[in-house]
Amino acid sequence: MKPLALCLSALATALFLASLSVGPAHIGALDGLSALILGGDGPEPLVMREIRLPRALLGVMIGASLGISGAALQGYLRNPLAEPGLIGVSGSAALGAVLAIHTGLAAVTTLALPVAALAGAGSGVLLILLLAGPRGGSITLILAGIAISALAAALTSLVLNLSPNPYAASEIVFWMMGSLADRSMTHVWLAAPLMLAGGVALLTLGRGLDALTLGEDAAEAMGLRLARLRLTLVLGTAAMVGAAVAVAGAIGFVGLVVPHLLRPLVGARPSRLLWASGLGGAAMVLAADIAVRLVLPERDLKLGVLTAIVGAPLFLHLIYKTRGGQT
Amino acid sequence: MRGCVRLSRLIALGLALALAGATVSAGPAPARVVSINLCTDQLAMMLAAPGQLVSVSKLAADPHSSAMAREARAYKANHGRAEEVYLLDPDLVLAGAYTDPATVGILRRVGLRVVQFDTVKSLDDTRALITKMARVLGHEEAGAALIAEFDVRLTRLRAGETTHSAAIYHPNGYSLGNGTLADDILRAAGFSNVARELGLRGGGTVPLERLVMAAPDLLIRGTPLPGASRSEAVMTHPALAALTADTAGLRITSPDWICGTPHVLDAVETLVTARGGLR
Repeated sequence: MKPLALCLSALATALFLASLSVGPAHIGALDGLSALILGGDGPEPLVMREIRLPRALLGVMIGASLGISGAALQGYLRNPLAEPGLIGVSGSAALGAVLAIHTGLAAVTTLALPVAALAGAGSGVLLILLLAGPRGGSITLILAGIAISALAAALTSLVLNLSPNPYAASEIVFWMMGSLADRSMTHVWLAAPLMLAGGVALLTLGRGLDALTLGEDAAEAMGLRLARLRLTLVLGTAAMVGAAVAVAGAIGFVGLVVPHLLRPLVGARPSRLLWASGLGGAAMVLAADIAVRLVLPERDLKLGVLTAIVGAPLFLHLIYKTRGGQT
Repeated sequence: MRGCVRLSRLIALGLALALAGATVSAGPAPARVVSINLCTDQLAMMLAAPGQLVSVSKLAADPHSSAMAREARAYKANHGRAEEVYLLDPDLVLAGAYTDPATVGILRRVGLRVVQFDTVKSLDDTRALITKMARVLGHEEAGAALIAEFDVRLTRLRAGETTHSAAIYHPNGYSLGNGTLADDILRAAGFSNVARELGLRGGGTVPLERLVMAAPDLLIRGTPLPGASRSEAVMTHPALAALTADTAGLRITSPDWICGTPHVLDAVETLVTARGGLR
C-alpha cells in the first residue's frame, strides 16, 4: 500500500522533472529549473514558465483525470473495458468543446469552453449508463461506446468542416487524438477547478465501489445509495474528462491501461485503484508527452497516437479474455 | 486593279508571316483565357488585354489571399474544376505547377492548351514569371514595361545592409526559411531571417520555444482569419505576448507575400517602413 504510493509518486515526479527538461530550445536541465524557480534575465525564464511548466502541469492533471475516471467507470460497471475514450465520453466532450469554440461562445466567456466540454462528456456518460444498464455487459458496453464515439466524431468533423476558418478542418485530428503542444497557463487555470472538483467527487466513491464488488443487492443491503453514487460518478467523470478534453483533445486508452496494470498491485480493490490510477495516469501521459517531443520533435505527433499504440493491443487482449465469459 | 489586289494580298501575307515569326513560340494571342491559380490570376489581370481574360479563380477575390481582390471582382470566378473550365470555352488555361494533376490532365485530354507556372522562390524569379506570362498572353511589351518598373522600385527599396532580425510566425508555428520568397523579401528589406538561422529550409514549423529564445527584433504575424481555430490560438500565447512586449510586433496581411508578382515589393516596402521604426 504505502510502497506503491511512494513508487508511483516518485515515478510521476521524475517524469514531471523530465518533462520540464525536454524541449526544442537547448536549455540545460539545471539551468532550466533555476530559471523556472528563480527567474532571471533573458528568454529562459519565459520559456520555462510560460511554455514548459504549463505543458508538464497539464500532463499531470490530464493523466490523473483520465486514470481516475477510467478506474471509477470500471469499478461502477464492473467491467475492465470501460474507458472514457473507448465508450465515447471523450468524443462527446470534444464535440461540446468544438461547439463552444466554433459558435463563438468560448470567445464571449472563457468558462464556456470547459463547461460545454463537461456537458458533452456528461451526456456521453449518461447515454452509456442508459444503454449499457447497471451491470454493463461487455458487448453492449462496447457497442454503445462505438456508436456514441462514431456519432460524436462525425458531428465534431461536421462542425469543423463548416467553420469559416481555413485551419479548423485540419484540427479534426487534434480533437480525436489530443496534444499538449503550445498550451499555456491559461489552459491550466481553465481546467484546474473542474478537475479538482471532479477528482474530489470521484475519490469519495471508493467505499461505495468496494461495496459494489459484492453485487448491487449486497451493496444496497450495506446501506449504499446507488442512485446517488451514479449521479456522483456521472458528474465527477464528466468534470474530469470534460476539462481534460477541452484543453488537450481526446487522449484515449490511458484510463484502460493504467487501471489494468495497477489492479493486481492494489488487491483489486476499487477504492485503492482510484488514487493509484490517478498517479499512474499522470505518469503515463507525462511519459507519452516526453516521447512525442523526442521521437518527432518537429511534427507535433499526437499523444493519442502513442497511447493507442500501447493501449490498443491491451484492449484486444482484454476482449479476447472476456470473450469466454460472454458466450 | 487586279494587280493591286494581288499586291495587297501579298503584303497581308507578308505581314502575317512576319507577325507569326515574331510570336512563333506562342502562336496567335489567345482570345479567351481562363486562370485557375491564385498567382496566375494576378499576373494575368496585370498583363491581359481588355476582354482577353475571361475568368479567374475564386481565391483571387478573397482579400485574405489575394493582393488584387478588388480587381478580381470584375471577372467571372471559377473553382478550378475541369468541367466548369471546359464550359467557359477557353483557348488557354493558366495553372500553377502544383495545380491538381488530375485537373490539368483532363483539360489537356479534352484538347485545351494548359500552361503551368512555377512558384517563385526569390524576388528574381518574379521577372522570369512576368516574362513567361507576357509571352503566352502575347503582350511582351507590357511584360517588359512591368519588369522595368519592378527593377526601378526594387533598386530604390533594397536595403544596403542587414541591421535587424525578423521572424515570420504563422498559425501552427509555421514559418519560412532558406529558399523561399518570404526569406528573400525579408533580406531585401534589411532583415536577417530567424527561421533561416535556425536551419529551416523551405516552409516548416518553428517551435515556440526556439522563437522565444531567438528573440527577433520584429515578429511578423498574419491578421486573424474569420472564425476560431486552435491553430491560430498560438498567436495569442502568453509567451508570444511577452516577446512582442520587448520587441516590435507587426500584423500584416499576407497576400503580398504569396505570389511572385510586383506586389511582393509592397511587402518589402512595408518592412522597410517597419525597420525605420525600430531602434
